[in-house]
Amino acid sequence: MAVSAYEVIATTTVGTATSAVNFSSISQAYTDLVAVVKANDSNGYLFVRFNSDSSSLYSRTYLSGNGSSASSARGTGEAQGYTTADTTTNFSNVGLLNIMNYSNTTTFKTFLGRENLPASSVQATIGLYRSTSAITTVSFLSPSATATIAIGSTFTLYGIKAA
Amino acid sequence: MAAYNLIATTTVGSGGAASIVFSGIPQTYTDLKVVVSVRSSDTSANTGNYDPLGLQFNSSNSGYTARELYGNGSAATSASLTTMTSFTGVTVARLTDGGINNSNSTASAFSSVDLYIPNYTSANNKSFSMDFVEEQNQTANYGGLVAGLWSNTAAITSVSLFLKDGNFVQYSSASLYGIKNS
Repeated sequence: MAVSAYEVIATTTVGTATSAVNFSSISQAYTDLVAVVKANDSNGYLFVRFNSDSSSLYSRTYLSGNGSSASSARGTGEAQGYTTADTTTNFSNVGLLNIMNYSNTTTFKTFLGRENLPASSVQATIGLYRSTSAITTVSFLSPSATATIAIGSTFTLYGIKAA
Repeated sequence: MAAYNLIATTTVGSGGAASIVFSGIPQTYTDLKVVVSVRSSDTSANTGNYDPLGLQFNSSNSGYTARELYGNGSAATSASLTTMTSFTGVTVARLTDGGINNSNSTASAFSSVDLYIPNYTSANNKSFSMDFVEEQNQTANYGGLVAGLWSNTAAITSVSLFLKDGNFVQYSSASLYGIKNS
């Protein structure tokens, strides 16, 4: 019998503008997680936190292009990761987040992000969350901590099984 | 519950193909993913031995914009892309400056493309994310990332792939997957 390796864990379509979308009590039965984000937020980006942890355990290196030049930079000791959001109601962003080996309790957690805003930029991010705790919650947060994540924004979390 | 299902797959036969087309796409999924392994018959002797990749949704020839970020082994570059004319004279979205191995590339080297289209049935404009690899074990090779937008609110019912200067050669293949969030 064929075994499904890619399953939906949860999905949310924002019905009332909010400051946070949380996927909590994430099943530990998968190997990796994939999040797909199509969001409108006036800040133009969203924070990503694991286990509601806002301590300075996140770092990232990213490569980006704006249509005329390419650049790379780093962030260390940050309080969150990041993903993209559109500032218009066109929801033209594509945010993809791959979180590897999220349930293990012996290693730090790595993640790969794609942050696409076709009108302005394309970006790839490698990230690290320096915690050995299993990830049980993934949160997408308004950077201004206000209800700027607009109605119609969609967030889906998938689980991928290695076996 | 399975979230990831094969909708269709195609392999180009002898004689090649001017396009690879997935039509009549079911509207029952949330996202689409297209996984591609292709090579071009183009004989252009450009640095990198490439042929740009193109795309149409719903056979539309307008409304496409993209930001591309790519590297060739010595430098990283970003470009803004709109449309181009395909080998067969069709106006299509231009997805890459470099792109797909052509006939001057190392023998048997095919390029890989991963195209992700979220919310393809929504009433908003359609954006997509793409990664591509054109590796041939020579001095100049290309790999890149693309953020693309089709400024059209129609649900996507077909996805067509094209090349700028050649046909897809035999053994080129593409698979369309549907991803469901419920």
